[in-house]
Amino acid sequence: MKWARTVGFYLVLVLLWEAVARRHIWDPMLFPGPSKVAGTLWDIGRDGTLLNATAVSLRRVFLGYGISMLLGLPLGILLATNKWVDDTLGSLVSAFQSLPSICWLPLALLWFGLNDRAILFVVVMGSLVSITAAVKDGVRNLPPSYLRAARTMGTPSWRVYTEVLFPASQPAILTAAKLGWSYAWRALMSGELLFVSLGLGHILMMGRELADMSRVLSVMIVIMALGLGSEYFLFRPMETEVRRRWGFAA
Amino acid sequence: MSSQVSLCGIGKVFRGTGQEVVALEDISLEVNAGEVLMLVGPSGCGKSTLLNVIAGLESADTGDVLLDGKPIHGPGPDRAVVFQDGALFPWLTVRKNVEFGLRQLGVGEKERTQRASAFLERVGLGGFQDRNIHELSGGMRQRVAIARALVTNPKVILMDEPFSALDALTREDLYDQMQELWRLSSTTVIFVTHNVREAVVLGDRIVLMTPRPGRIQRVYEVGILPPRQIDDVDVARLAKRISMDLKFGIGVDDAAVAR
Repeated sequence: MKWARTVGFYLVLVLLWEAVARRHIWDPMLFPGPSKVAGTLWDIGRDGTLLNATAVSLRRVFLGYGISMLLGLPLGILLATNKWVDDTLGSLVSAFQSLPSICWLPLALLWFGLNDRAILFVVVMGSLVSITAAVKDGVRNLPPSYLRAARTMGTPSWRVYTEVLFPASQPAILTAAKLGWSYAWRALMSGELLFVSLGLGHILMMGRELADMSRVLSVMIVIMALGLGSEYFLFRPMETEVRRRWGFAA
Repeated sequence: MSSQVSLCGIGKVFRGTGQEVVALEDISLEVNAGEVLMLVGPSGCGKSTLLNVIAGLESADTGDVLLDGKPIHGPGPDRAVVFQDGALFPWLTVRKNVEFGLRQLGVGEKERTQRASAFLERVGLGGFQDRNIHELSGGMRQRVAIARALVTNPKVILMDEPFSALDALTREDLYDQMQELWRLSSTTVIFVTHNVREAVVLGDRIVLMTPRPGRIQRVYEVGILPPRQIDDVDVARLAKRISMDLKFGIGVDDAAVAR
């Protein structure tokens, strides 16, 4: 039933789009129908362009996102639990958060040149700060009685992190992970759009340069599909588990 | 009976913005081994603060807390605490919650499981070991919290208004269970409540406290044979006397005598 609703919705959407496109209200060059876009998708899919670009982009986003998670998690927990770190690094994190990730690109290009490391830097700067901030907020909102209870049961303070803080923060960490993922993905796309770099953003920009709207649209669809796929296969199972355990409404 | 917990001149002042609140002033008290001592008083009388000081979660400005004659330093597994909200860990199952304290003490897995099961059995939750915390009712959660406190075999159990968020029926059910538990174990209990009847039903001795500054107003021996029910005539009579004392603040002068 749920599946039928979802599939039905997209079916209607595509049919509507095709119907509007066939009326030729706008130039078909600028408003191609889904059949045309599907053809282009098939073409760039078959000649390997799409696969290569997707592989390049995914590698970058996983690498950048991985680094951000690895740094952001402990940093967030540290900011929430240590007054010293919060008083010093805390405001810097807030300041960085107000900076759109793409603002780091000029700096990255000057430091690293036109290469993968510059892109990676932009991705990390885009997601690290949001992950850190979300983890910090989550840890800070934990009921203080968890820590007090652990202390009365003899948990030494150095083990409080692994025994209580980290497991108790799982819902917050999951939120941070999802947020960080979407920030990483956006940072990557804006980075790839702005300079020649292989990747999905690059073939999207190529579509513009060739005035090939159906290519632009097909790459956009691929990007959306990847986002949806990561939501379904990466985060949904973890989220279900946390909800089951904590008893959050589904 | 020998005294297990000694409070010697405990004092504590909270310094807020521009004003000082004397939470506790010169509290001295001996708690006997195996006794159930109830701390009763209106909100703001410092009874929870006193419990936290005994737990080692807060430090007193003056005075000492002695456990078996030795001053305490911070919290420790010899003094288990049952918190008002239970403070159970939602990421662990019921049994893993009860095992938590044992794990901290380095008890092996097999013995942990065994002991946790036994204590869950004892509070009537043998069939709920692998449930998640959110699947339990409020009363069941507090029973898990009590099992978690008992399982490490502490010298003292400190209970901070553990039943105040429960409905009356659940509460009365727990009174029966608690009296049975105390009968079976020799653990010393210090129990904070603002409910005078609850104090009379559960306690061997009742310490009435007054607010601002938090002081001991009077100490009562319950002396009614257990098991006691909330609507027993003797329970009601003593509860009424304590309520009157609480309301009109009489008996303050007797505090010196009671000590």
